[in-house]
Amino acid sequence: MTDTAPSRNERTRFELARFERPSAISFLGYVLGLVIIFWCLAGAGFSLEKVASSPPRFADFAARAFPPNLDPQVLSRLSWKMVETLQIAVAGAVIGVILSVPVALLTAKGLIAGPWVNQIVRTGLSFIRAVPDIAWALVFVVAVGLGPFAGMLAIVIDTIGFCGRFFADDMEATDKGPAESLTATGARKLDVVACATIPGSLPAFISTSLFALEKAVRSSTILGLVGAGGIGIELKVGFDLFDYPTAMTVILMIAVVVIGIELVSGWARTKIIGEQR
Amino acid sequence: MRDTLSSTISSVTDLLLRSPAAPDVLTEQTGAAFAPVSPVEIEARAVSKTFGATPIFSDVSFRLARGEATALVGANGTGKSTLLRCLMGLIPTSGGTVHLLGQQTNEIAGREMRNIRAQVGLVSQKHNLVPRLSVLSNVLHGLLGKHPGIRHWSHSLAPQSSRETAMQALERVGLADFAHRRADRLSGGQSQRVAIARAIVGAPKVLFADEPCASLDPSAGEDVMELFFRLVRDENVTVVFTSHNIEHALKYGDRVLGLAQGRIQLDATAASLSSADLRGLYD
Repeated sequence: MTDTAPSRNERTRFELARFERPSAISFLGYVLGLVIIFWCLAGAGFSLEKVASSPPRFADFAARAFPPNLDPQVLSRLSWKMVETLQIAVAGAVIGVILSVPVALLTAKGLIAGPWVNQIVRTGLSFIRAVPDIAWALVFVVAVGLGPFAGMLAIVIDTIGFCGRFFADDMEATDKGPAESLTATGARKLDVVACATIPGSLPAFISTSLFALEKAVRSSTILGLVGAGGIGIELKVGFDLFDYPTAMTVILMIAVVVIGIELVSGWARTKIIGEQR
Repeated sequence: MRDTLSSTISSVTDLLLRSPAAPDVLTEQTGAAFAPVSPVEIEARAVSKTFGATPIFSDVSFRLARGEATALVGANGTGKSTLLRCLMGLIPTSGGTVHLLGQQTNEIAGREMRNIRAQVGLVSQKHNLVPRLSVLSNVLHGLLGKHPGIRHWSHSLAPQSSRETAMQALERVGLADFAHRRADRLSGGQSQRVAIARAIVGAPKVLFADEPCASLDPSAGEDVMELFFRLVRDENVTVVFTSHNIEHALKYGDRVLGLAQGRIQLDATAASLSSADLRGLYD
């Protein structure tokens, strides 16, 4: 036993490996990182004093908001607004997912388009994602006027930015074997993509699309804040008029619907692609 | 001056031999005791391949005649699969030329290349079926080279004549009853038989097989090799297959090419070789 025990030198070596001294550059990097974090906190107006004084104010809001407004007329009006919200989300997400497929085909490397096209379309998708959905809603309110159509267009664009990128990544990561077998027998690029690449990526497409739907539902609940339809306008009016019980009803309805959509989406994901992901 | 003249004569001779009216015919002995007189389907001339600065193989030359089954053997990393892909034109060579069915693959592209490939089939080690599609759809995809377009994307859209051709191919591999089963519900041996059906459905002139039974147990592997060669022998198809199984190389190959140290170290008829000769390639 004693023959196999580590020597004193070896023990020292193992202990040193546990505590590795950072290089000067790494040390400077850590310090710089901390400085940036504190700078951002200062810029964001972070104040422990405000954090400490907020519970009484929050309690005051809760006291005024509860119980939520359950008046049947209000509930009926809000329910229809919630239905409109879901219509905006589903229509926008479905159109966005469909349009994302050709966009992703142009984005993915080595499929049907050359590297220049890949890079241009990928940059376009980055731009779409960089602009928040509420900003797209403002743009479409200007373009097509107030109402749910502007909200739906904002969801379409937002979904293309999200799904276009992830569909492309999924297709690039798909097993290349089936595509090679079809290429070897003379199939065209489009046929190879349709018969091997897309079917191979389908589980990932479905998963990404369901995430896109969840994201669309969450987004559509606030698009009303800028006049792009949906229940968001009720939330804004509730707070503007200090009608906190109605605002609380809206918040609870949004929470129930979003959680419900997430549960249904998770169930569908498991049912459709569960064993493969 | 004399060099120029001799080079010109050589080029003209090459051109004449390669014209459609006078198909290239294998009349010389390449390798050991090998002298069939048949049209050449595949020819590699001084082919080399490097990945970055890493040389894989160089100066690989051979001519394969129609109907000939050639086993490509060698240790891991010698470039057998890479050479196969170079022969199919799936990846470019770094030097030298490959002629496949009378066309120099590095000089053609697009439709011309696809027309050549439409006469080629590939069976890979990992079957390479599309998992979520039906067996019948997977086999129909083997016809895409000859019939491009949406009608051959799925068995639901395919014309009746193509469905019948695909069913016949499945019948030949003994899996007609599995036509509507999803490909990912098959065993390894069944998957490989579907891959063979996909490769032969277009009646190819040349078949490439990259370690077709490497992922199968010995019994299933033997079955697959028996089936594969029974089907292709009947049709006078030219076959190039890679294998680590020395017995398979000698049993199913008419000719054996051995890759080692980046070169063809062995080129002989299978009948003239013993297992011991091939084991030397793995030392």
